[in-house]
Amino acid sequence: MADNISHPVSLSAWLRAPVPTSSWQARAQQLWLSWRVLRSNPSVMFGGTVILAVAVIAIFAPLFATHDIYAQDLSIRLQKPSMTHWLGTDELGRDVYSRLLFGARITLYIAGLTAIIAAPLGLLVGTTAGYVGGWVDTVLMRIVDVFLAFPSLILALAFVAALGPGIENAIIAIALAAWPPIARLARAETLTIRKSDYIAAVRLQRASSFRIIFGHVMPMCISSVVVRVTLNMASIILTAAGLGFLGLGAQPPSPEWGAMLSSAREFVLTNGIIAAIPGTAILVVSLAFNLLGDGLRDMLDPRHG
Amino acid sequence: MTPSQTPTKDRILETIGLRVTFGTGLLSTVAVDGVSFMIARGEAFGLIGESGCGKSTILRTIAGLVRSYDGSLLFANKELPHKRDKEFFRKVQMVFQDPYGSLHPRKMVESVLAEPLAIHGFDNPRKRIDAVLEAVGLGPAFRFRYPHELSGGQRQRVAIARALVIEPEVLLLDEPTSALDVSVQAEILNLLKSLRRERHVTYFMVSHDLAVITHLCDRIAVMTEGRIIEEMTAADVRAGRAREPYTRTLLEASAGYVPAS
Amino acid sequence: MVEPLLQVDDLNISFHGGRGVTRAVRGISFAIGREKVGIVGESGSGKSQTGRAVLRLTPKGAEITAKTLAFDGIDLLAATEPQMRKIRGKRISMILQDPKFSLNPLMRVGQQIVEAYRVHTRAGKAEARDRAMAMLEAVNIRNPARVFELLPHEVSGGMGQRIMIAMMLILEPDLIIADEPTSALDVTVRRQVLTILDDLVSRRGAGLMFISHDLNLVAEFCDRVLVMYAGRILEDIPARELKHAQHPYTRALLDSLPRLDRPVEMLAVPQRDPAWLDGPTIRGSTS
Repeated sequence: MADNISHPVSLSAWLRAPVPTSSWQARAQQLWLSWRVLRSNPSVMFGGTVILAVAVIAIFAPLFATHDIYAQDLSIRLQKPSMTHWLGTDELGRDVYSRLLFGARITLYIAGLTAIIAAPLGLLVGTTAGYVGGWVDTVLMRIVDVFLAFPSLILALAFVAALGPGIENAIIAIALAAWPPIARLARAETLTIRKSDYIAAVRLQRASSFRIIFGHVMPMCISSVVVRVTLNMASIILTAAGLGFLGLGAQPPSPEWGAMLSSAREFVLTNGIIAAIPGTAILVVSLAFNLLGDGLRDMLDPRHG
Repeated sequence: MTPSQTPTKDRILETIGLRVTFGTGLLSTVAVDGVSFMIARGEAFGLIGESGCGKSTILRTIAGLVRSYDGSLLFANKELPHKRDKEFFRKVQMVFQDPYGSLHPRKMVESVLAEPLAIHGFDNPRKRIDAVLEAVGLGPAFRFRYPHELSGGQRQRVAIARALVIEPEVLLLDEPTSALDVSVQAEILNLLKSLRRERHVTYFMVSHDLAVITHLCDRIAVMTEGRIIEEMTAADVRAGRAREPYTRTLLEASAGYVPAS
Repeated sequence: MVEPLLQVDDLNISFHGGRGVTRAVRGISFAIGREKVGIVGESGSGKSQTGRAVLRLTPKGAEITAKTLAFDGIDLLAATEPQMRKIRGKRISMILQDPKFSLNPLMRVGQQIVEAYRVHTRAGKAEARDRAMAMLEAVNIRNPARVFELLPHEVSGGMGQRIMIAMMLILEPDLIIADEPTSALDVTVRRQVLTILDDLVSRRGAGLMFISHDLNLVAEFCDRVLVMYAGRILEDIPARELKHAQHPYTRALLDSLPRLDRPVEMLAVPQRDPAWLDGPTIRGSTS
């Protein structure tokens, strides 16, 4: 450095600096470049924006809601949308619009928590099985096979039946159904990564298997796991809605969208709106996750090594 | 000095009857078929052969990447176990052929160089990293670069730095320049030559390019179909003194293309 | 003076990417007649893109402009896609580096040659098969009937490349573009493949554009050499006069290679002079 006065560098210049001078700067630059690539992909931007909007709605639901979601008024039940109740009322006279907003919280809560449980578990099992091989691989993959043999909804039903209904149990059940495909994917990736020269190089430094799996193999698997989980989100949300529909997920009077759909079943012919609304909401969020996942997959595959 | 005259105390690497088979039963192929040679401390030994002759397999077996083999491998006159210990990996390192595959895509240069230092418990990592980056002609500014931001030649320099940062005694080189442009090759070959002089490292290099191997190595062994058929000095190669017909073919082919007309 | 088959005048190839415009080829001009012309350069010099531009096979997002890009009187820039399809394979063909990636892995090699033939001619199956066998013999494959039935992964690198040559030459094109055809091959196999290519090209009177990063190889094999650097042609010289090359980059490339007959302590590393980026092209005597 020619002088010792540190000039305040604008963020833009800092991100565009040709030679990074610290590891933070280098990492920030890479993230910024990835962001620019993301920005150019319409699927990702559209899906991502919708999900972000839903997240904002979920977080600020109390601000956006117009009524108390638990307030029943049987005299105004099953009303069509009006100025006071923007999306009408349900069979117990509760405001559909406000319940929809709070239902978003539950949906995102379930989706997020399931991802947080299933993805690391699948990643851990898959990379370990793929890297260590031998009997560890066989045992772990047979366990995965057992889980995969059941259709996910049936599996989730079985767990909820055993654990009892409730939203937390529903999450555990769905997560247990969601992790095996991730493990399979991570294992497949690991089998390819294992053969590369950079892994050979770190083996030649006598790195422990632990260090290799966590420090070298997992970082390479993360992008495909993220894509896979995002694409699976739709099915996770639908499974949660399905459990709610069957009364096994969030319990009444919780405004979970699947439960709302279930209770609106009887009234479809008289007041179709109260069934269509939560159904549309489920559709929109699932679609948004699908678009996001599709866009991410297009970007990350073929991967630039 | 001919191989048989190398005093035992000067031998750093030796193979006796090395045999490596891949696959089992009917599908098994013998990649290395009873190979014996030795390398003296401080010399540059080359192994030349065409693709599929088994030369890379020998290198990888010595490095410890291939666990099942028959025969003996000796390092500093002590037999090596099939599963090597940390000390061995501190003393023997390898530079791979493909610079585009030998660096972890998600790791910065600094991380790549810091890791072996951490594993082997070296002190002062920052200084050592700066020093080795200078030694390979890159400089400390490259510490925070990712592999995809580097050219082929720069990546190979990082790979060489990674191998040298823990100060090994032997460097195994798997065709270090064959994936590089011809114009970049000269830089890397010069770098390898000067590093060997400065650090007194023993080189064991494998290649299919006779000119490259003769430029860098003192003694050269010729390999085909899993066996070493001849050992020569660089001077022998230059003078065209080949005994075996295959070696002669190799020498002729390396002399270039002669038009039919 | 050789009658030009391919005339290129002020060719520019640019890519519009996220970070602005990259100019891969910047205003090059050359001509190829019925002779072997080598284009030499390092990665990024634009040599591969030049070869692809002739066949309009550049990647999407590439913008090609030129004052002239003509083959045998046909304007290649103005040609429509159906017209280009008639030219590709039949009048200009291309041999790529690695037969592993350019042969269809699921189809028998003989069948691929037959298909290449039948796409452009109205030949029947039997006639096409006979011609394919004849081509396999012409590329020195000793047991054509057996090799005909093999799948690409069952043949060695050298044989795969010879099969590629058979496939690309069966229609007797006037111009062949070869992009690093021997780089993936062993040294002893390289000579065989080059001999075959040499023979077929001279006997049929075709022109050859040989793209490579190996100056020595190109010097020995071709009649004329074009040295490219950073998208420009720095020197255009007959191969036999390469020893007297004038451009410092060419000289540097020649001096930087290790040679069995001239051992040196340290190899001369080509120094890059920024003046070369926009300097003139040095043209040799017969171009």
